[in-house]
Amino acid sequence: MITGDLDDSERSALDLVTMVVAQAEPSPTFQPEQAAILRLCQAPLSVAEISAYLSLPFSVVTSLLSDLLATELIESRAPIVRATLPDRSLLEAVMHGLQKL
Amino acid sequence: MDFRSSDTITGPRSEDVLPTTATAAVKVVIVGGFGVGKTTMVGSVSEIRPLTTEETMTQAGVGVDDNAGVETKTATTVAMDFGRISLSEELILYLFGTPGQERFWFLWNGLFEGALGAVVLIDTRRLEVSFDVIGRLEERGVPFVVAVNTFPDAPHHPVEALRRALDLPDEVPMIDCDARLRASSRDVLMTLMRYLHSLAVPLA
Ligand SMILES: Nc1nc2c(ncn2[C@@H]2O[C@H](COP(=O)(O)OP(=O)(O)OP(=O)(O)O)[C@@H](O)[C@H]2O)c(=O)[nH]1
Ligand SMILES: [Mg+2]
Repeated sequence: MITGDLDDSERSALDLVTMVVAQAEPSPTFQPEQAAILRLCQAPLSVAEISAYLSLPFSVVTSLLSDLLATELIESRAPIVRATLPDRSLLEAVMHGLQKL
Repeated sequence: MDFRSSDTITGPRSEDVLPTTATAAVKVVIVGGFGVGKTTMVGSVSEIRPLTTEETMTQAGVGVDDNAGVETKTATTVAMDFGRISLSEELILYLFGTPGQERFWFLWNGLFEGALGAVVLIDTRRLEVSFDVIGRLEERGVPFVVAVNTFPDAPHHPVEALRRALDLPDEVPMIDCDARLRASSRDVLMTLMRYLHSLAVPLA
């Protein structure tokens, strides 16, 4: 039901809630910022959370992530955004999840 | 940029680590004037301790003294807090408590464009601070609901009177809430989702 794959042109536009997952283990050969991102993203994490945990501005984090994406050290998944014609099944999934809160 | 060595960085607590299946994210923005309860609402429904993302804005200004043409640059750090709700193993909802001043909204690329919708929190003691944010959302075509945060000493107005005062169209839902309570904040989000659902078309 849920899809969010990107083509290359969209990859550069990282959103606050683009989900990031590391594709490599951090090692001493990486810059400290890159190693920290790889360590944080062993499990999926949003760009906003990476910015918060690293205490780095959003724009700094997106540029670090773009480099890591270019070298395929991380993978990203774009968020599901409001479409011109919003998808009812997505909204139903959100309501179902909220009901459990 | 000053960067702490990566061993001193604390990531999510172990109970906050998302499953590997969590790859689909959606977001909702909570807007409203200064002190209306945005941070409180994010905190009351979030499954994680609310986090903060920062952005810096540099403004060029011209010096006022005789050194004509000398430019001074001031950097302002703007913070935005946010929380998270895991809706299922795959789907994660992020909630952003946006800065009160709309001129800061554009600092975060796609903050509004990509959101499913917005919650406008209002304080009936200071309705005037809500006009600008509502206007901005309408301009950007972001669907929203209005939540009236019930502060103890705030005058209670019937919803229809508030609707007229805010010049809101009939179809925009309005709901009373107490942003400190999880169930109440959850109801606000449900109201937004039901409204978005009513705007959506069924899949063919
Ligand atoms: N009684 C009552 N107090 C509330 C409620 N919501 C927020 N407050 C209080 O109002 C104050 C401001 O709330 P915040 O959540 O910080 O407001 P904010 O919109 O994030 O404020 P800024 O980020 O400074 O614009 C806090 O002291 C809250 O405890 C509510 O529903 N009822
Ligand atoms: Mg706040």
